[in-house]
Amino acid sequence: MREITITSGRNMHLIDPHLSIWGWQIPVYLFIGGLVSGILFFSTLYYIRGKADELKTIVRVTPLLAPILLALGLLALFLDLEYKLHVFRFYTNIRLQSPMSWGSWTLAAIFPLSIIWAAMHIEHVLPNWKWRYHWLRTGVTFFQKNGKIVAWIVMLYSILLGMYTGILLSAFNARPLWNTSILGPLFLVSGLSTGVALNILLSKNHREKHLLNQIDVMAIGVEVFLIIHMFMGFLASTQQKIEAAKMFLGGPYTAGFWVFVFGLGLILPALAELLEVRGKITPTRVPSLFVLIGGLILRFIIVQAGQLSHWTF
Amino acid sequence: MARYAMVIDTKRCVGCADCVVACETENNVPEGYCRDWIVQDVRGEFPHLQMEIRSERCNHCENPPCVRCCPTGASHVEVGGIVLVDHDECTGCKACIASCPYDARFVHPEGYVDKCTFCIHRVKEGRDPACVEVCPTHCLHFGDLDDPDSEVSKLLKTRPYHTLLPEAGTKPKVFYLI
Repeated sequence: MREITITSGRNMHLIDPHLSIWGWQIPVYLFIGGLVSGILFFSTLYYIRGKADELKTIVRVTPLLAPILLALGLLALFLDLEYKLHVFRFYTNIRLQSPMSWGSWTLAAIFPLSIIWAAMHIEHVLPNWKWRYHWLRTGVTFFQKNGKIVAWIVMLYSILLGMYTGILLSAFNARPLWNTSILGPLFLVSGLSTGVALNILLSKNHREKHLLNQIDVMAIGVEVFLIIHMFMGFLASTQQKIEAAKMFLGGPYTAGFWVFVFGLGLILPALAELLEVRGKITPTRVPSLFVLIGGLILRFIIVQAGQLSHWTF
Repeated sequence: MARYAMVIDTKRCVGCADCVVACETENNVPEGYCRDWIVQDVRGEFPHLQMEIRSERCNHCENPPCVRCCPTGASHVEVGGIVLVDHDECTGCKACIASCPYDARFVHPEGYVDKCTFCIHRVKEGRDPACVEVCPTHCLHFGDLDDPDSEVSKLLKTRPYHTLLPEAGTKPKVFYLI
């Protein structure tokens, strides 16, 4: 038996009895970051492949939402800061060893890039759109002329954005649940999948939906593999990691994770999309809605459970 | 260059928490928070029980994860190997709190992250940290590991000791004599 008691009394706000430093703001931001990464990745991918008119929703329509979503995500991040007046401090330093520093600089780049990307496509979506100032018109024309270069840069940053949200958490050695290198790829693939799901919700083109469903089935397949791989890794590791996995295998997050994230957020939509691709059932928007909600719950659960997992067990 | 460390004799500590009170007074720690605390670690099966009493605080690690993950450089290693938070640079993002396996940090009500400083303001004047000075059983020792004649170096040479969670790879500089 081993019993550790703090006899001098310790009940610090956000720290005791277990860590609760990150509430709703961080998972919401992680979800939005992944979603925007998915939107921009597929938009730039098909733009570079010259399918802008064929796949209009993916390339031109959905990216119009990217800057708005990103602004909401940034607002959530800002609301999480305890010393809000010092937010500018993120941009007076570059810390190469800190994933959060990489993230803040990535956001500083991708937010304006997402605005430029949306501006390049808005006339194609809203035919009556007029730029009020001449210099804006000139700027947008310049970017449109160099569309492919912009697309490559946006694509690079979209991958960075999708990866770093997972890497941010996996860099914390102190929280065994987060401390797995699977989290980076998992959040990236989940982000791509939610981006595809939003495209399916918005698309009215049958061919486009068919392609999106195919991509999503593949993305979900990879996600399922990564999740199983993650738990196999935990169970084959040290006691801290086994305890972390136990929270999902009989512990407090078992039902939430396996029913809402794995079952309703991944397996069910993947099956429905597969049947839609094969033409067995009429396409609906329900599976993509489930993917989006599942992606959000995944981030809530990972952020919360990670704060419960620790070294002493 | 000094390499400051704390050596705590668990055989002498009675868990009176004078160090906790001294720290709160010296550093004006806000109510409801603490930079050091007392732990009773009981092992074994009744009636064969063993108890270790420890005064715990930031370990001023030689490989500090809090400094590595800080996005602004607010968490840094000061001269003498003391890990500090520059209040002016801190955004309160709480990454350092998440990275600390000892849960030694907290958010000060003013917004920045706070923790034990080894009383650096006193150390600069050549005095011991407040907790060390006040300890009635003299179980706390503070000094320079790089000086072979310092009290801490001598104690670590002559007595068995352990550190907290060495497996976390942080290389703590608070040592517990056993």
